[in-house]
Amino acid sequence: MNTRKCTDPVVLNLWHPIGAIDETPAGIVVETVLLEERVSLAKTADNVVAVWRSRPDLRAGDTVEIASIADRLPAKLAYGYVWTSLGSPPQDIFPIPEYAEGDRRKLNAATIGVNVSAPRAIENFLDMGHFPYVHTDILGVEPHTEVKEYDVEISVDRDEILATRCRFFQPMASTASDGGADVDYVYRVPHPFCSVLYKSSPLDETRRDVIAVFLQPVDQEHVRAHMMLCVLDEDNEDKVIKRFQQTIFGQDKPILENQVPKRLPLDPRAETPIRADKSAIAYRRWLSQKGVTYGVIPAAA
Amino acid sequence: MLEEARNRWHPIASTSDLPHRHVFHGQLMGREFAVWRADDGFVNVWENRCLHRGVRLSIGINDGRELKCQYHGWRYANRTAGCTYIPAHPADAPARTITNRTFPAVERYGLVWSAEEPIGEVPDIAGLAECDLLVLRAIPVNAPAGRVIERLKAHRFQPSGKLDAADGEISVEAAQEFSIALRSRYGGSETLAVFFVQPVDSNRSVIRGVLDHGVQGAGRIAVLRHHNERLSALRDLAEREAAAAPAPAPIEPVYERVSPELAELPELTTHGRKAALRVTVSKKWPAADGIAGFELRPVKGLLPTFHPGAHIDVHMPNGEIRQYSITNGPGETDRFVIGVKLERDSKGGSKCMHETVREGDVLAISEPRNNFPLRRDAVKTLFVAGGIGITPLLAMAQALKNQNLAYELHYFAQTEAQLAFPDRLEPLGNALKPHLGLSPEQTGAALRELLSSYKRDMHLYICGPGPMLEAARAVAAEQGWPETAVHFEYFKNTNMIDDSSSFQVALARSCVTLKVPAGKTILEAMREAGIDMPSSCEQGACGTCLATVIEGEPDHQDVYLSRSERESGTKIMTCVSRAKSARLVLDI
Repeated sequence: MNTRKCTDPVVLNLWHPIGAIDETPAGIVVETVLLEERVSLAKTADNVVAVWRSRPDLRAGDTVEIASIADRLPAKLAYGYVWTSLGSPPQDIFPIPEYAEGDRRKLNAATIGVNVSAPRAIENFLDMGHFPYVHTDILGVEPHTEVKEYDVEISVDRDEILATRCRFFQPMASTASDGGADVDYVYRVPHPFCSVLYKSSPLDETRRDVIAVFLQPVDQEHVRAHMMLCVLDEDNEDKVIKRFQQTIFGQDKPILENQVPKRLPLDPRAETPIRADKSAIAYRRWLSQKGVTYGVIPAAA
Repeated sequence: MLEEARNRWHPIASTSDLPHRHVFHGQLMGREFAVWRADDGFVNVWENRCLHRGVRLSIGINDGRELKCQYHGWRYANRTAGCTYIPAHPADAPARTITNRTFPAVERYGLVWSAEEPIGEVPDIAGLAECDLLVLRAIPVNAPAGRVIERLKAHRFQPSGKLDAADGEISVEAAQEFSIALRSRYGGSETLAVFFVQPVDSNRSVIRGVLDHGVQGAGRIAVLRHHNERLSALRDLAEREAAAAPAPAPIEPVYERVSPELAELPELTTHGRKAALRVTVSKKWPAADGIAGFELRPVKGLLPTFHPGAHIDVHMPNGEIRQYSITNGPGETDRFVIGVKLERDSKGGSKCMHETVREGDVLAISEPRNNFPLRRDAVKTLFVAGGIGITPLLAMAQALKNQNLAYELHYFAQTEAQLAFPDRLEPLGNALKPHLGLSPEQTGAALRELLSSYKRDMHLYICGPGPMLEAARAVAAEQGWPETAVHFEYFKNTNMIDDSSSFQVALARSCVTLKVPAGKTILEAMREAGIDMPSSCEQGACGTCLATVIEGEPDHQDVYLSRSERESGTKIMTCVSRAKSARLVLDI
């Protein structure tokens, strides 16, 4: 089913994340797969990066002089990851202004392979209704299962989806108090395969933690999910902060891998939406309007 | 061949694949099934996909009555596969049309049989009795079914009593597209083996063998091992052959699309359509002093999915129509059980049910409607029942018990003999709190005590005679229960209806303006104009004919709306309520 390489011009022309810069060794070739094509990357000690279509003379693990690499693909460093494109990408990657704030901890929580399409993974990231069932006792707990009304807009000038006024009951909502409480969320989808979440910070009620998922589409039904954290936390070690996010993602993975079909159906009658799915409905419409065909089952014309 | 195969019955599991509360992942011609047995013995074969977001139901939870999806906790009822609860929206009853695709299931020869679109019955196999069979271990083979059948034609095995003898003599008793019967004979012993080949996908099969005689004790393992070895050898050959040939493309199952109304974002409220179902009174019994219990089973097909709190209209032989709540617990989907109290001043409803209707009679009933939905997101739920008001609350209590949610059922009655459905009350254990023989003053005191403990996220459901219901609502308000936490259902509207006003009703979506003269209801005026509007009790108690008011001032005469709903002026019960303004604009 996945023999055909990507021919979707919308997806080809996007910037895609292919690895965390901190986890890329300097001067050594790293290989990965993007849109069914093998690509290689390497960086210098001071984080100058190069990305190219893999070739036999530069294999994974080889040492390499970055300056010597010819025939490169576009490359950018953003939010701790190396990004590339197999087409003609736009000038800039979408903004996350909070990333520039000096007092935040910025980490790649994990890069995890998942046997699902990128859009299914985005919908899971936008979804609050599963918290009591999939992230039991962490992000939600029965009987507090209600998804309260929230607002969704497709911002035309920024070309992104924005869901605001999202609230969900979370047990142990903050480290300061032990009771549960509603936690506020804001979700952005600024890229067909990337989403950014803002969540009330337990430390500073005026600010929000930023958690993003950047999906690298390996093929139509496989992704590498890069989980970016940009949080207010002065106490915990990196591994503690990462482990929390890895636990959450580890709970989602088996659910995602059991969704049928794996590609996201854009036909409004393929699945049954409820009011809680407003953001997912906006996302499916937005993908349809953009003409995305990779990783989805387009609605019949 | 595949088209024909869709119309045939195929084994999809062995009976032993369905142990207590398990969900088995079956597959036939590329289509996956979630196969599960409910505690009442019914075997469900469903499309292996939650209708909401496509998650496999074979990873769901079988609680014995319902199957719960792992992703968002949607619950689907045994037998009907109708969705009974959507936790993300606890205040709403799910649209009745959210029903998963089901496939037929028949248990025969130790196997579970199903088909996409079966024609006829599960085949009779000559020489296989229904009992005393030995079902062999299923052998999956990576080869098309046709190739496996070809291989089976040359298959050899020993009679069960002569495993160590020289080769038995094999005869092919019957051979078909997906099954073959072989008999092995040696020295007076013989064994008939029937091998069914389940076409899992275009290039995958499962061999399900059944022997005509069970074998007891240690010999059983030896027989199973013998067949295992022989069939494994056959598998190796078939797979080698299949690997040498070009692999056929996997079969892509076609998933049915959901109905257009489900694809739209549902409105905040949904209302049902009118539809008459035929049921047989399969059982009538005294459920308590003065209360008759009725068990209603469908004349044909399945009953629709019900939710706790739902009622049905019963059309009686004398032409009367009455509403009765369904008392069933979750997953009890093969019948509706209702309780009917004989009213002293019965105008023909309860009297007819008690005196005229008998076991074996056929009645027409409406589809279940739920205007009294149960939230399941309360930290604790209190039920307050007065007399026959127990019926909807009994369904609710059983649903919460099944989910291990905290609740108390306070049941007010004069005597113990008046407590209805003791068989359903008894399993509730300590959660049942009977209050017997209390005067109105004592009832008030008991209500004050039990309603004194309000905490956030508690909910109260009341159903009973008018005066008791009024008292309970008043006490709840006094004790600080917010109106949104207090849910109630009246049996009937005892208000005097004043229908002397005349006014205009404009129906915004239908672009029609109607005159409603004195003596006629809005509902009647709409019906005369050919506008279909669902209704049930037609006395302002049940909530079915609710409409949204866009403009104008309603003159509320119902007992369904809460005080704040009345004051908001945005809702109206069209069967009894009228207008104070000269004109009313409704969203119809």
